[in-house]
Order: sequence, then C-alpha cells, then structure tokens
Amino acid sequence: MSMSRRGFVGSLAVGAGAFSSGAADAGTIEHFEGYPDRYGLLHDTTLCVGCRSCEVACAEVNALPKPRQPVGDLDVFETVRRTRATAFTVVNRYQDGDDGNPPVYRKLQCMHCNEPCCAAVCLVHAFTKTPEGPVLYDPEVCIGCRYCIMACPYYALSYEYDNPIDPQVMRCTMCYPRIKEGLNPGCADACPAGAITFGRREDLLKVARDRIRKFPERYINHVFGEYEFGGTSWLMLAGVPFRELDLHEGVTHESLPAIGTSYLSVVPLIVTIYPGLLAAFYAFTKRKDKLAKRELEAALAEARTRGEEEMKAKLSNAAERAKKDKEKAVEVAVRKALAEQGEGGPS
Amino acid sequence: MSVDTADSGRNGVFTPFNLISGAILLGGAIILTIRFTTGLASTTNLSDTNPWGLWIGFDVMAGVALAAGGFVISSAVFLFGMKEYQSVVRPALLTGFLGYSLVVIGLLADLGRPWRLPYPFIKQAGPTSPLFEVSLCVALYLTVLFIETTPAIFEWLGLKWWRRLVAQLTIVLTIFGLILSTMHQSTLGAMFMVTPTKLHPLWYSPHIPVQFFISAIAAGISMIIVEGWFSHRVFHHQVQISDDQFHDINFGLAKGGAVVLVTYLAVKVVALSLENEWRLLATGWGAWYLVELIGFVVAPCILFAVAYRERRLGLARMAAAMTVLGVILNRFNATFIAFNWQVPHEMRYVPAWTEVWVTVSLITFAVVVFRWIANRMPIMYEHPDYPALH
Repeated sequence: MSMSRRGFVGSLAVGAGAFSSGAADAGTIEHFEGYPDRYGLLHDTTLCVGCRSCEVACAEVNALPKPRQPVGDLDVFETVRRTRATAFTVVNRYQDGDDGNPPVYRKLQCMHCNEPCCAAVCLVHAFTKTPEGPVLYDPEVCIGCRYCIMACPYYALSYEYDNPIDPQVMRCTMCYPRIKEGLNPGCADACPAGAITFGRREDLLKVARDRIRKFPERYINHVFGEYEFGGTSWLMLAGVPFRELDLHEGVTHESLPAIGTSYLSVVPLIVTIYPGLLAAFYAFTKRKDKLAKRELEAALAEARTRGEEEMKAKLSNAAERAKKDKEKAVEVAVRKALAEQGEGGPS
Repeated sequence: MSVDTADSGRNGVFTPFNLISGAILLGGAIILTIRFTTGLASTTNLSDTNPWGLWIGFDVMAGVALAAGGFVISSAVFLFGMKEYQSVVRPALLTGFLGYSLVVIGLLADLGRPWRLPYPFIKQAGPTSPLFEVSLCVALYLTVLFIETTPAIFEWLGLKWWRRLVAQLTIVLTIFGLILSTMHQSTLGAMFMVTPTKLHPLWYSPHIPVQFFISAIAAGISMIIVEGWFSHRVFHHQVQISDDQFHDINFGLAKGGAVVLVTYLAVKVVALSLENEWRLLATGWGAWYLVELIGFVVAPCILFAVAYRERRLGLARMAAAMTVLGVILNRFNATFIAFNWQVPHEMRYVPAWTEVWVTVSLITFAVVVFRWIANRMPIMYEHPDYPALH
C-alpha cells in the first residue's frame, strides 16, 4: 500500500537494509489500484425505505444488544443518530418527505476505505486492510489513544468509554467472518427492499453506473465512494446531492493518509540536517569568541610593546638627560675648581 | 521578618499552600480512581464524536508546547553563545522536565489501556503514524530532559564524578534536545493534517506543523518569563543575580518573544493567503479566529516590543501570560473547539468538571514538585563548588 512507503521513521529504525528498499519505494510514481477482486457493498438510498431491518440483522450477527428503539418506531428519525459501540450501523432520515418528494434514508457504518486513515494513523498498526476488502481491527495491540476515531472522516468508529479494563474500538467489520464462509454480510441479506447489494467492488461500480444510465431522472450522476478520499468499499447512489446526506461531496481523490502523513517524510531531514547545521552554528559562536579573544590579545600585546618602547625611549631620554646633567655638573665643578685654583694658586 | 511561601513550606505541614494543593490533589486522586475503576465515561464528556478532550488538548497538546522553554533556552545558551541567560537554564529545564512528565501522566489518564503505553516499541510499531513519531520523540526527549536536570541532583548529593560526566555531555544533549523538539513539536501539528473535513479550514493548513513549532517557541519563551515572575518572588532569597541582570534577561526574552510572534503571525497570514481563506474571516468562526490571532498573537507581540523598548517588566509579563493563553487556546481549537465545527450543537464537546479538576491537579502537582526540588537543589542559584559550565 502506498502508505507503507511513508514509514520513514520505521525504516530508519530497522537500518540500512530497510532503507534501500524504502528508498526504491519512495521514488516510485506507480499507483496502487487496490487489491483486485475485493468485495464491497452498494447502498442505493433511492430504494431504502428506512425499515431498519439492517440494524436488527447487524445486532444479531455481531451479538450486540437489539436496537434501542424498536423497528417501526418512527420517532427514531426525529434525531440524527450515529453509530455506537453497541450499534455498528444506523439508518437516518435526511428528508422527511413532507415536500412531496419521497423521504431519503441513509445507512451509516464503517466505509472500509481503500486506503484507511484509521490504519495509517494507528501507532501500533492495529488496523489492516484485508485483500478481501474489510478493514480489520486487532484489539490485542490497541492502547486506546483513539486517534483512529479522530481521523475517521465518516464518524464511523466508536469506543467503549464505560469499560475500564479492556475497552475496544467498535465498528462494522463488513462481516468478515461471514464473507470468509462464503456468506453475505448480515445487513445485505436482511434488506427487504434490495437497497443493499454485496459483491465485488468492480462489479458493483458497473451496477451503479448501469442504474444511473437507465434511470437518469432517479439518480444524480455520482457514485459516492468511488473516488472520495481514495475510495471506499461501501458505494452509494442517491437522488439528492450527497451533501444533503451529511457527506462531503466533491472531496479530493487523494487518500487521507497521502494528504495527512506526507509531513513525516520531512522528519528524517531534521535528523540528518540539524546536527551539521547546529555544529556549524556552534562553531560560528566559538569562532567569534576565539577571534574576539585573539584580537584582544593582539591589542594587548601591541599596547604592551608600545608601552615598552615608550618606556625605553623615556628611559633613554632620561638617561641622556641625566648624562648631560652629570656632564654639565662635572663641567661646572671643574670650572669652579679651576677658578678657585686660579684665585688661590701660586702666582 | 516576613514569612515567605518558600520558607513556610519547611516551617509546618499545615500551611495554606499545602492545605489548598493537598485538597486539589486529593480530589484529583479520587476522580482518577473512579476513572480507572469505571471507565472514561464516568469522569469525562468524551464521546464517539469527540474522542479527544481537555486531557489531550491541555495535558498533551498545550503541555508539550508550554514545556518548550527548556530546549529554547539551552540552545540559546549552549549552542548560540547567549551566556547572559545561563541563570535561567536550570529553572527552564526543570520546568520542561516536569512539563513533559505531566504530559505522560495526563496521557496515561486518557489512554484506554494505559499499561500498554510501551506497546508501539515492544509489541507492534505503527511507523506510518505521526503519533508514533511523537511518542518516540517524547520518550527520548523526556530522557534527555532528565539527564539535563541531573547536574542539580548530583550537586545536591555531592556526586562530583557524575556531575562532571553530564557536564561534558551538555552540547550533545542540547543538540539532541533541539532535534527531538523540532520533530515532535511540529509533528503534534501534523497529527491534524489527516482531518481536513473535521478541523475548520481557518485552522487546518498544510503548514500546521510549522505553525505548531513556532508557536511552541513563543510559548517556551513566555513560560520562562512567567515562571521567573513567580520563582523570583518565592525563591528570592536563593537568587544570586542582581535585579538589573534579572530585568535584562526578561527584556531580552521579551525581544525574542516579539520576534517569534511576528514570525508566527507571518506564517499564519501566509497560510491564509495560500489557501485563500480571507472570506472565511467574515463568518462567526472567522471572528473567533481573529480573537485568537489578534487578541493572543498580535497584541502580546506589540506588548513585548513596547516592554523591551521602554524596559517595562509588567508589560513583558502581561505579554508572556497572553502568549501562554493564546497557545493553549490554539491547541484547544485544534483539538475540540474548531474541531468538529460542523457537528450539531448538542453533539459538541464541553469538558466535564472532573476533567478540569484532574488537569488542575496535574498543574498543582508540577508546582509542588518544582517547589520541593527548588527548595533543596541548586536550581535558582549556582552551587558554590561547581562554577558555570562554560
């Protein structure tokens, strides 16, 4: 998967061997299309009647408590619900049908992304995208940081906040165990309106496009989940814009891991560039100190020699003067003596 | 003679400081006991829609930023030769070490299975995760901060050989600390790059790692001023530097704060321009964004500059406090205020009083430990037997 090439920190940790393969990987411009023949589900919201049979079947299949509000209780649609730790799928009504158009329902659950963001951001790699399509979660390694729940753009993950011992992230598994047995996911089998179709994702895309072509007045010309954030296993058809179903229509086709974890490629550069850069800064300051010290010493030395010279000059001047003074004094003394001699001498 | 708070700690057990902090800590311990026996639901307002609240937003996101003073000041002194700040290195490193310890304690309270904290390193690594990098860096940096704090401990215990050994590692530790800090301070921001539909576009940016890093430097510098404000009063009898020197340090930090905040402002404006989000400023969220940017970035930046030019300590302290609050606000916005901005009102997150209490307990715990250490070890002053490292 393309996100695996972003594991730079990891490849640094395992050393040179991993580095060479990682480098070859990182340089690639190839595009990974996803596992071939993987499964998906198509939810045709124009066929959904809001009976919530899928909710009941999901609870049964996953051994969860029955839905809080019984099927048939229409009050349930007065509020927008989300999936919970005890309900992996819920059906909401987005247009109540009072305006003459039929009411619009949408089923919420884990979308099983082609490049799941929950998997990319998990620091213990607890999520795996299986070749069959479902994204699986391993509670044995989960530390409970809930970054996956933060990262999920579909608000599809839940947590057991009331469990102090071994809380888990709870979500739809696309009925992976049933798929392995050759069965359909519980919700797909339970839907009486044919609004949920299980099959190979490629085939489902063909089915979806066929329906749009055959009934252009019934559908808007868009299969949600084909490309959104790299695409999802669950695909959706609708007669109203998807933004009215609380979905982000028209988002980039790039996957969230590709957008969101690209910064990690900068991190090794910090490790490689900083030591040299900082050593250079350190050397600059040291050098400045050294130069300043050297200049100071030179100035001091100069001052000292100049002082010495001056002193020498002064000394020699003084000596000369003293010599002259002495000579003068001698001369004076001699003259005086001669004069005295002249006065008192024999004449 | 007036009894100051530092002395009263040694004079008796039942001082006002001890009583109040004891009551806060006891309450925190009770709440955490409930949390660990009944689950996160009983003591937090966390939900499936809001998996991260105050304990991540403050204890981790803001906590790491506010503890940045250690790497900022040790880099300035040991790598860039700004020796006049030597006297604030130890308090800043101690604040950093205690800050990061709190981050880990806060994280342990928030994790669903905290005893599995080392799993990313011993059980199964998820190297594609920004959080993996953050945890690795925080684990290593906490170790670095601890080693950087040990000279004070060794001087206190009189272990000269060990003290000399750590002194010789100063440069290596400082460079390592700066590398690790650059990495995880920015990657904490990068954690939000995967949520373009959930974080409001005014806060979401491909540049968010750089924004987090620069604002962390501003927070670190401001925290040194704020910390000095209190400890200069509480530990006044220990402080060796003159008031003039202390003022010079604060005004130097204020100048640094102004420069960093101006840089941060520029980076934020560049992000706005690149993504052409100016029109969003006219919305309600835009007003809230401007409160953060003008009230807690532009205003303290100007105050820092004025404080430096006119040598007004009060202004510098006010600017520092505003910067600290601004960085906390920014991390709150990223984690739970501007996050999930499109979610219906009734599903939004507001911290429970128990969450607030635990966070206040953690801060109190840090203050108590800081006081205990500073009252015993050479943090505020130089040990007479051990002259400055450089």
